[in-house]
Amino acid sequence: MDGVIGFLQDLGPNLQLVLDRMPLILDGLQVTLLTTVLGALLALVIAFVFGLAQLSKVMIVRGVARVFVEFFRGTSLVVQLFWLAFVLPQLPYPLGFRLEPLLVGVLALGLNYGAYAAEVVRGSIGSVPKGQFEAISALSLSPARGMFRVVIPQAWALMIPSLSNLWIQLLKGSAIVSTVLLYDIFFQVEQLRDRTGTWFAYSFALLAYYLIAWLIVILMNGLEIRAKHQIGRGPALRTAWRSLFQAPGTTPSGGRTARVVRDRSVAASGTPMGGGLA
Amino acid sequence: MTPQNSWWSWDHAFAVLPDLLFEGFKITLVATVLGTLIALVLGLVVAIIRRSAPRIISTPFTWVVEFIRMTPLVVQLVFANLVLSPYVDSSLSIGIWVLGIHYTTYMAEVYRAGIDSVPKGQWEAATALSLPRMRTWRAVVVPQAIRNTVPALGNYAISMFKETPFLFVIYVPELLNVAQNYGSTYFRYTEAITLAGLIFLAASYPTSLLIRRLEKKLA
Repeated sequence: MDGVIGFLQDLGPNLQLVLDRMPLILDGLQVTLLTTVLGALLALVIAFVFGLAQLSKVMIVRGVARVFVEFFRGTSLVVQLFWLAFVLPQLPYPLGFRLEPLLVGVLALGLNYGAYAAEVVRGSIGSVPKGQFEAISALSLSPARGMFRVVIPQAWALMIPSLSNLWIQLLKGSAIVSTVLLYDIFFQVEQLRDRTGTWFAYSFALLAYYLIAWLIVILMNGLEIRAKHQIGRGPALRTAWRSLFQAPGTTPSGGRTARVVRDRSVAASGTPMGGGLA
Repeated sequence: MTPQNSWWSWDHAFAVLPDLLFEGFKITLVATVLGTLIALVLGLVVAIIRRSAPRIISTPFTWVVEFIRMTPLVVQLVFANLVLSPYVDSSLSIGIWVLGIHYTTYMAEVYRAGIDSVPKGQWEAATALSLPRMRTWRAVVVPQAIRNTVPALGNYAISMFKETPFLFVIYVPELLNVAQNYGSTYFRYTEAITLAGLIFLAASYPTSLLIRRLEKKLA
């Protein structure tokens, strides 16, 4: 309890201290944003490559993709991070090399969450109605054209909520990177602790992550509204801007049908934070 | 011992394996099981409160739940450990509670979807039979809601298992911590950390196959 009272008493001086340390905190923020954005981009590329490869007609391609996805889902993010940071440099020539801490963070986050996201991509493409595929051949579109112009735009609208959740997971996972000497915002705020006390420093850190997570939510909600609008399943962003601020996991504006479809793709993927099933 | 520059040494592998399995893995498993139990129980409680409490309670409650869900487990772990360590002896039990409460917020969502999927007619029937509210939840809604949620809850249990290495930050000697200790003692990380990863894979992959099968069966 004295923690809470002390927290309120020292709020003013502590905020002043934050201002004094702002350059360092901003450095940390930059590192966190950089790992989170680059990690997510890598994850997205991996997700599409290995998600689509799992749907390939060639068995070898499918098999390799499955092994890759199961391996990176199964071996735990922190282990992968430590492996890249500690084991990789110890491997003998020509295998061993030391990566920049930033690269270690981005690679571990991208590989791990990319594997989860690959399942989302696979699940969403699997839940595009069969008739759409039939329509592609009926219109004699080439398979590639059909994939990129018909299937993926629809699957994209389905996968955004799950990808949004995964991106927040990735952001949260990035808080571990200071263990491999990448000085992110959590590390920089932790340095405040001996001056400000535990309550202030950690509340500040939690709040910072919460705000970044909301930026991701708003961005992804915007993408979802746009994607739905483009395939004619929802209002334009201009009229539906209120749903930008919809918390993840709450019933989306799309109503019942959207929920069911979303849950089906999530249930198939078994991602963390994927929401429930109907 | 084999020369340091060979990329894999069985001597190191066999030296570290017993510690990994009988110390690290044991603690990892204990944390997962107890954390999951906490999340299973509290998740249901949270879902029911959010559904049935008056707005003035359920709205701020929802904010708190969302805040916990959208902030990093690592920060929560370190925070809780610093605040509670004067009162609680073991950082393992602090870790288990933080893990459990963090996953409570996920599992509550799963239960919520499960509760939503119980047909409205069931509630109406309970009202028509003038069942007390407690009994409606206990005997009508929850049993039907839970059936559909089992696979998703199982998936979260697995993902909690894979997040136990985060306990590293509060010095809980779980699997990865044991591996890391071995690595820094002998300055030889390859075997210890690789084996730790393989143990995670060996435990989580079969479990996730099991859950996928259960999912098909229930669907």
